[in-house]
Amino acid sequence: MSKTLYDKIWDDHLVYTQDDGTSLLYVDRHLVHEVTSPQAFEGLRNSNRKVRQPNLTLAVADHNVPTSDRSKGISDEESKLQVETLEKNCDEFGIKLFGMNDKRQGIVHIIGPEQGFTQPGSIIVCGDSHTATHGAFGSLAFGIGTSEVEHVLATQTLVQKKSKNFRIKVDGKLSIGVTSKDVILQIIGKIGTAGGTGYVIEYAGSLISSLSVEQRMTICNMTIEGGARAGLIEPDEKIFNYLNGRPMSPKKENWDKALNYWSKLKSDDDANFDKEVTLDGKDIMPMVTWGTSPQDVISIDGRIPNPENEADEDRKNSIERSLKYMGLKPGTAIKDVKIDKVFIGSCTNGRIEDLRDAAKIVKNKKVAQHVYAMVVPGSGLVKQQAEQEGLDKVFKDSGFDWREPGCSMCLAMNADKLKPEERCASTSNRNFEGRQGRGGRTHLVSPGMAAAAAISGSLDDVRKFQN
Amino acid sequence: MQKFKTIKSIPAHLPIVNIDTDMIIPKQFLKTIKRTGLGKNLFYEMRYNEKGTPIEDFILNTSPFNDSKILIAGKNFGCGSSREHAPWALLDFGITCVISSSYADIFYNNCFKNGILPIVLPEAKIKELSEYSKRKEEIIVNLEEQKITFGNNEIDFEIDQFKKKCLIEGLDDIALSLEKNPKITEFEKKLSTNRPWIFND
Ligand code: SF4
Repeated sequence: MSKTLYDKIWDDHLVYTQDDGTSLLYVDRHLVHEVTSPQAFEGLRNSNRKVRQPNLTLAVADHNVPTSDRSKGISDEESKLQVETLEKNCDEFGIKLFGMNDKRQGIVHIIGPEQGFTQPGSIIVCGDSHTATHGAFGSLAFGIGTSEVEHVLATQTLVQKKSKNFRIKVDGKLSIGVTSKDVILQIIGKIGTAGGTGYVIEYAGSLISSLSVEQRMTICNMTIEGGARAGLIEPDEKIFNYLNGRPMSPKKENWDKALNYWSKLKSDDDANFDKEVTLDGKDIMPMVTWGTSPQDVISIDGRIPNPENEADEDRKNSIERSLKYMGLKPGTAIKDVKIDKVFIGSCTNGRIEDLRDAAKIVKNKKVAQHVYAMVVPGSGLVKQQAEQEGLDKVFKDSGFDWREPGCSMCLAMNADKLKPEERCASTSNRNFEGRQGRGGRTHLVSPGMAAAAAISGSLDDVRKFQN
Repeated sequence: MQKFKTIKSIPAHLPIVNIDTDMIIPKQFLKTIKRTGLGKNLFYEMRYNEKGTPIEDFILNTSPFNDSKILIAGKNFGCGSSREHAPWALLDFGITCVISSSYADIFYNNCFKNGILPIVLPEAKIKELSEYSKRKEEIIVNLEEQKITFGNNEIDFEIDQFKKKCLIEGLDDIALSLEKNPKITEFEKKLSTNRPWIFND
């Protein structure tokens, strides 16, 4: 029987299946961070259990760490305790950890690929919903809860029921100024935040395969915003080249064996998908969200929608609620919306190519007077690379703050946050109420669009700055 | 895990769709290293004003709903972050059953690991129940019989039989999987020949 890529990875990891289809899957790679793991380790201790495969586990502190000077440690007592707890747990259970002052430290979904820990055809889990990012490598990667983190630590397996197959095909080419962030925002706008619930999405089509490895990560990263737990892309030469020589990539004869296995990872031509959606690259514009759900998205030429035009009562109410929270009036051109802050970073857009995109726009220009703008590289290695290329100087010269790596204002758990009613153009992935700080108003955009907004002081069209 | 027993309670209705886990428990409360104590911060930003005083007309701040064990909510409940702090907060508040027309996957799974029953009903039934909730009368959720009783009415609901069993018996997932230890070991042996690079680091 012909199979999809998801079917194949699933089958290769089956340890056991119950009569009702509930299955035990083997987990090849487990990423751990400080926020969703303390209770899991505590659970292990309480029942006298060990970590089954410490070598398949990698830990890092990212959510809580300060992005300003770290030489004095963490000032927030609770954050400090959580980061220290992770250190203690990793030490006790023999897990490799990138500590706060390690230059390899960074956002968990950025360091996995960077280290070669993320590999095609593997099952990768993490107590974090954006684990879908790793699907860009043709791995089955998804977020799990803390009880499941404990389960994986203890057994190196996970209890799962199989999802359905959903293929999203994007053909054609990206227009100038349009990025993979715009592609995924457009997809979520089209399928809705629950459109992928119960499915694993495979992204395919000529536009997807033309994307760089990092651009693919941006797409897979936001899969969860469309309700699907995992999104993946068939791995190709670009992926293999990216992984070749990374610290945790397979070596010598193992590399050859891996390559042989990886190059067979694709959906069969006649494989069956339960749902399919197709998009054409030429219809994709620079996008921006106006509401409090990632599906509330329009192109930069668009206007804020009017709830009165909605037939569906639930939708109408939710638009009204969003507009009230966002302080926006129906019919306003989104380009006329003034902003206060700009955040460039996160596991969605905190990699080197993202920083290059943004730097190109701000070079020799100044951040608007009333705007505070910050760049938070996704990892210590991204930061180092950017500094070697002089990007830090470009950003600083134009008035950006250049920070230490971490999640930062993507979820505002550390000191970086919006004040009530402050409006932010952000390259992160969630515009939920209060996500970037209580009462804060988030507009999700690509790095280039965030840079353009910083210069203009309002949401703006990045294509204006392209020459 | 606590065994799931039949619940009798006045349900609270929160008529909002896409309630995300950031709304259920905002990030400032994720710094804890414990599972307990989150109930007072459940729905924090809807429940308290900037000064931290309870907002009087928020449903869970008003009697009798401040004692509700059952929450009725709009579709796509629990979307967003994977934080298990969301079900922990519900549980710590006293809510052991959520009723909605749909849930986000991760949240849905997390509920079962914590003895919370997430019931899926069609929109029309949700309407009926939420209308009824205005009477402030108790309803009964019986998992064994997969039945909700309110007044003289009954609604049946569907649920995965394995998940049902785990809830009713309060089974420990990890212990169950560890019984499969020989199978896991066997799998690992095969893995080291078929995909040896997995262990090589
Ligand atoms: S950058 Fe944001 S979305 Fe990504 S892992 Fe950190 S908090 Fe989660």
